[in-house]
This record gives sequence, structure tokens and C-alpha cells, in this order.
Amino acid sequence: MSLALLAVQTLNGLQLGILLFLIAAGLTLTFGVMNFVNLAHGVQYMVGAYLAAMFAALTGGFWSALALTLPAALAFGLALEVLIFRWLYDRDHLSQILATFGVILFLNQGVKTIWGAAPLSVPMPEALSGSITLMPGLLFPVYRLALIGVGLATALALYLLINHTRVGMLVRAGSTDAAMVSALGVDIRRLFMLVFGFGAMLAGFAGAMVAPILSVEPGMGDNLLILAFVVIVIGGIGSIRGAFLAALMVGLIDTLGRTFGPQLLRLALSPSAASQTGRALAPMLIYILMAAVLFERPAGLFPVKR
Amino acid sequence: MTARGQTPAIVLFAGLALFPLAARFGADAYLVTLGARILIFALAALSLDFLVGQGALVSFGHAAYLGIGAYSVVLASIAGIDDLLAQALIAIVAAALFAALTGYVSLRASGVYYIMSTLAFGQMLYFLFVSLSALGGDDGYTLSSRSRLIGKPLLESDFSFYYLCLAALALAYLVLARVAKSRFGRALNAVRQNPLRARALGFRPFPFQVAACVIAGAIAGVAGTLLANQSEFVAPAFMSWQRSGELLVMTILGGVGSLWGAILGAITYLTLEETLSLLTDQTHLLIGPLLVVVAIFGSRGLAGALAPKSSGRAA
Amino acid sequence: MSPPLLSVEGLAKRFGALVVTDDVSFSLDEGRLAALIGPNGAGKTTLINQLSGALPSDGGRILFAGLDISAYDLPARAELGLARSFQITSVFPELSALENVALAVQARSGSSFRFFGRAAREEALNAPAWTALERVGLRARAGDLARELSHGEKRLLEIAMALALRPRLMLLDEPFAGLGSDETRAAVDLVRDLKSEYTMLLVEHDLDAVFALADEIGVLVNGRLIAWGTPDAIRADAGVRSAYLGEEALA
Repeated sequence: MSLALLAVQTLNGLQLGILLFLIAAGLTLTFGVMNFVNLAHGVQYMVGAYLAAMFAALTGGFWSALALTLPAALAFGLALEVLIFRWLYDRDHLSQILATFGVILFLNQGVKTIWGAAPLSVPMPEALSGSITLMPGLLFPVYRLALIGVGLATALALYLLINHTRVGMLVRAGSTDAAMVSALGVDIRRLFMLVFGFGAMLAGFAGAMVAPILSVEPGMGDNLLILAFVVIVIGGIGSIRGAFLAALMVGLIDTLGRTFGPQLLRLALSPSAASQTGRALAPMLIYILMAAVLFERPAGLFPVKR
Repeated sequence: MTARGQTPAIVLFAGLALFPLAARFGADAYLVTLGARILIFALAALSLDFLVGQGALVSFGHAAYLGIGAYSVVLASIAGIDDLLAQALIAIVAAALFAALTGYVSLRASGVYYIMSTLAFGQMLYFLFVSLSALGGDDGYTLSSRSRLIGKPLLESDFSFYYLCLAALALAYLVLARVAKSRFGRALNAVRQNPLRARALGFRPFPFQVAACVIAGAIAGVAGTLLANQSEFVAPAFMSWQRSGELLVMTILGGVGSLWGAILGAITYLTLEETLSLLTDQTHLLIGPLLVVVAIFGSRGLAGALAPKSSGRAA
Repeated sequence: MSPPLLSVEGLAKRFGALVVTDDVSFSLDEGRLAALIGPNGAGKTTLINQLSGALPSDGGRILFAGLDISAYDLPARAELGLARSFQITSVFPELSALENVALAVQARSGSSFRFFGRAAREEALNAPAWTALERVGLRARAGDLARELSHGEKRLLEIAMALALRPRLMLLDEPFAGLGSDETRAAVDLVRDLKSEYTMLLVEHDLDAVFALADEIGVLVNGRLIAWGTPDAIRADAGVRSAYLGEEALA
């Protein structure tokens, strides 16, 4: 096990974690403030990727595509909110699951109908292409480093927004007691719309950002959705800080576990057994982590007290 | 149970019993095969409705039991056991163990945390079977033939297989409807309606909830053994979270709580999918919005819309 | 002389820096009816929650017939014979009144892990349920769903459920709250009727009812028990008068 490999995989794990955070942030807020189970958050991410691909094809460049995707993703999220989700806020979780599941089905099929099932490609911006040498023997793609940087900056901005602005305070209050916030004269409907739209935009932004390095295809959001739910459950629903820490944990454990798990197991088991067990355990690791966290802290690491 | 409350279930089962005969005169034997498949999912949805409707335990990992049942058939046939009842017994024991162990962990959480915990365990099982290359891994495992019943290849005929599935469904329905009205069912229901009040009377929610998980899991395990026989093929995809989601959708569509509603929900969902696929290969463009509409406008599900008086909780 | 049925020693509860229950001590002998009064926010419901096991305490002990039940949770205390009614009515809305009470009977009679056999047909459950309903005057509403009962009827249902548990001690949290004057009179008569058979601790605001029923009265102010004694003693207590009662209320 070389240091370079460890460093590369750690960075990859961070990148996955940052990506998960961008998706989970919107999800945990939607859940925390509106008590709304949004299974459709994953397709929000997918739509962002597809929008980026579409705009890139139209304008020919990544940056313009990104600039156009942000408002488009926001608009799309708001459209879903107005048409479907706002009718379900005071319904039980089961109805919300049913509706958002329907949205997933519709949109996964929808992008397939419009763009076909084959993966789309989005051009990597020139300025960020290529790799740089972080240390002897360690080459890492610039784009992925940029992703990590942007993600951390977004996390910081989100933190400042939530904790140091009036809107952020309303969101935090809404997480604890939406009825009270409403009783204080705040337009709760608008707050919900804001939270929802912002979360959708973040997810779409994440989708656009990874479009150059992942394949843009139908269903790309499905597995990330599950991971995002794991993240917010571990972190504690409604907590941005929890989502951030949990996302990094999940990203690192998943990536490092897959790479080094079998190697570590070789210390105790025979090579073939280690390889078999490693391959079986690696994808399960984050679920084992979630089950363990829930066992000790049934409301996540940073539960928002209602 | 009043006779009036039972009418929808009676009508439903009568219709299901007559269906293959009608199919014989109508289209082709394919319909009977499809029918058996629908009955199997109806069985799984029925068991989920018991969990959700009586126990308020929304499991997003129920497809795991389909997988357990299906792979029980695979493992049993590898070991030389090809009798269906023996395989079903293995499936029940395995499912019950899984339900008890995962329930012990999941039930420490409540609300969404519980839902996600069930999802996690479903995913763990899914990945476990993906990694088992000896059983085909992701590509799945093809069975050489259907299981035998009392030593005879009775299941080979699609016709008799259909009626076997129907018998299993009817038996499960009778059992669950009975359990819902028992002392156990009443206590479980009470815990669902008002957990604080139930505890103030001296009931501890945990044992009742675990027992409910075991019962529902065992029944879904049996459905899994039937599923393996229906397709003569088993793959980890049987227990994907999308499958678990579909089971939930069928249950909710049918109307949570009435038990027969879940059967109707499964029939409706799968028939719709099948019918639409004849018209277009983009069925989800139509089904998706339909689910949204049902979610927004139909709070009691199909059962509530068709037979309001008989669609209440089975207890 | 047998120990008091309920003995509370130095009970405390804090929510962060806020002290809600402050070193509360009292005892209640079997067969007596004690009432807890005090201004709003004095911590009466918190105390009931601590006594019934719904809320863990931060200090002190609770002895039930000599047994230290401080660490027992809510279901365990119910099994020992502590029944309670809730300030905000808490019943099973989708079950009928009879079924509600039959559940209480079921909790105390044999295993609930019977999977076959219809609970609705069990005489062993229904007969005591009818008796309890009869006792509180709800016989006519036995078949109606609990959520369809009026507020007053729900309060009576809770008492019926408590009775069906055949408790040793009944903790009633504001049983007369929200009742009209006729209903209150009937409820007071009911409680007076029950006095001879059950030990009861009441939390109440209705001072007429309290002074009519209680053998002993405790006054809770800001989480502290500032007085405990017979109704006459409480009426005469100067500290109580200034803190809570006011001269006019006793006139």
C-alpha cells in the first residue's frame, strides 16, 4: 500500500463526500423544515446533469452551461414544488413516498425519451483539465480538486447563510417548529418554497459539476439518493453540520473501504477469502455504519430537537 | 368480521379464481403466467400492508424477504432439496431470523429513521448476494426446473402453479385477517394509534413490533419461494430498493390497512404496467403521474374509493 | 402500621438551568385521596409525569408500597398498579369505547401474544369492560368510536380505562378540565364514589371539587411543595393564601 495510493483515494473519498453533501444538504433541509420525504431529490441531481449537457451542446462551453443550469435547475425545482409537492406537505409520509416515487419513474423515463438511454458527455473546461503533481508519484486531476474546492466553499457559504442571516434563522426555527414560525407572522409557504428551491438548485448544481467526469444517464440519481438518505440519517435530519460531517464520513469510508478493505482483511484471512469478503463487505460498509449509528443514536449524530 | 365487511375480499378472490378459466377461452396461457406473477407480488404486498397498516411500520426493505425466499430455493436445490414445502420452511426460518435481527436494530429508531434503517438492511442483503459469485452474483442464478410438490412435478403446469399461488394468497389473507383481530392484533393496533397510551396501560411496543416484522417477513419469504419458481431464475435485483419501493407503492395504492386493498393495489399496479407496455415502452411516463394523482387525491387508496365501509383497518 | 402506598422523597427535575420540580416530598396512605393544586406552570403535570414514569427524574426517590420504583419505566409502573389519566385526553381514537376499556383489561389479564381467537368475543375481556363503563356512566356509548365521543365522555373513558386496570393507585391529571357544570358535578360524584375503593392523587384547578373531595391537599408553586395538609389546614395557611388562593376564593 503506497502513500500515493492512500492519498489519491482519500482525495477521491473527499470528492464523493463533497458531492454527497451538496445533494444531502437540500434533502436534510427539506426534511427538517417541511417534514417532507423527497425521494425525487435524486432525479433533481440527474436533471441538473442533463441540463448541463443540453446547454453545453447548445452553447459549446462548460462555463456557460453551468451558468445557465443553475437558474434552470432552480426553476425546475420550483415547478415541481408548485405543481406537486406543496399539496403534500400536510399529508403523511406514505403519500409523499408514493408521489415522489411517481416523479422518479416519470423523470427517469422522461430523460430517456428525450435524450435516449445512452450516456451523454459534457466537455471538461479547458482550464481545469489535466492533472497536477501533488507529491512525487501522485498525480491528481485538477477538475476533481476544483470540485472539492467548490464544494467546501459552498459548504462554508451555506453555513454562513444558515447561521448568520435572518433567512437562515427562519430556516433553523422552521426546522424546530414550523407552526410557531408561521404563528409569528412569517409566510411559511414562501419559506418552504425558498428552502425547496434552494435545495433543488444545490442538487442540480452538483449534477452539473460532476457531468464532465461521470456519465450522464437515466437513473444516475437513484443510487446517490439512497446514499444521501444514509448521510442525512447519520448526520441527523435537519442539521447541515451533521450532513457535512456524515457526507465526508460516508464518502471516505465507502471509497477507502472498497480500495483497502480486502488488503486489510488479508492480515486476518487467506488472500482468496479476504478478496471475497472484501468485495462483499465494501459496499455494505456505509450501511453497517448507519445501522451502528442508529443503534447508539436513534436520531442521528446531531439531532435537531423538535 | 361482519359478512358485509368481507364482501370485497370474497369478490376479489372469486374473480381471481375464475380468471384462468376466462383466460383459457380468451387470449393465451401467457396471461396465466402473468397472473401467477401478480399473485406472488400481491402476497408480498399483503404482508407489507400488515406491517404498515396494523403496525405503522413503513418498511423500505421488504423486498429483502422476496430475495431471502428466492435464494432459499436456490440454496436448497443446490443441496438437493427440491420439495417446495421444505424450501418454504427454510425460507420462513431464514426470513424470520432476518426480521428478528434487523428489527432489533431498526426498531430502536422511529419515523423516517426507522424507514431508512430498513432500507439499509435491504441494501446490505442486496450487496451480499451481488458479491456471491458462486450463486451467480449480479447476473443471477438459473434454476433447472420448478420445485416439486410431494414428490411430483405439479408445479410444471402454469395452470396448477397459478392455483397454488392463489391458495397461498388466500391462506395468508385469512391468517392475517384473523391475527389482526386477535389479542395480539389489537395490542399492535393500539401501539400504532397511541403509543403513549398503550405504554401507560402496560404494553411495551417493542415485542409486538418485532413479532409483526417476523410475521410479515415470513409471509413475504414464502412469496419469494414462489417467485423463484415462477421465473425459474433468481437475481439480487429481486431485492433492490426499487423493488421495495414498488411494494410500498402497491400497498399504498390499494389503501393501507384493509389487507384486501393491498392485493387490489398489486393487481392494479402490475396490470397497468403490463397493459401500458403493450402500447408503449415508456410506461413510466404514464404511471408516474398516475401515482402522483393518486397520492394527492386519493388518501384512502383504491379500497377506500371502491368500498369505503369495508376499507377500514382489518381489526 | 403498613408503609404509605406512595412515598415521594426529594423528587427533582431540571430542564437545563430551569428547575421544574424542586425537592418535592410527600406521602400518601392507602385509601386516601390527595389533590395537588397550584398556579399554572407550577409543575403539576411534570410531577405526574415523573410519578407515572413518563418522565425520568433528575433526583429523589419514588417508593410504591415500599418498593423503590424510581428506575421503573412507564409500562413497568402500570404493571405494578399505577394507573393514570392524561391532562390532554389520550385514548385510542379508532377503537370503540368498549374496545378501549377492553384493552385495559387485556393489559392485566393474561398474555397478549395470542394470535388467533377474536379479542372482540372474549367474555373475560368484555365483562370487566362493561362493568367499568357502567361505573363511569358510559354504557350507552360503548359501541361508539372513541374519537366520536364528546370531550367530557372521553374524560370518563380515561377513568374507565384506569379502573379496568384494577390499579392500586390512580393518578388523575385534571380530570374535570373542560367539563360543563353538570358534567363536573357528575364526575365529582363519580370520584367520591371511587374514593372508598381506590387510592387517588389528583391534579386539579377546580378548587370547589378539590376541597369537596380531598383528604389531603398539596400546594405546588414554582416546582416546590409549599404546603401539605388537610383542606382546613391549607385554607388557613397564610403562605398558601398569599401565594395562590387569594382571600376571595375561600369566601
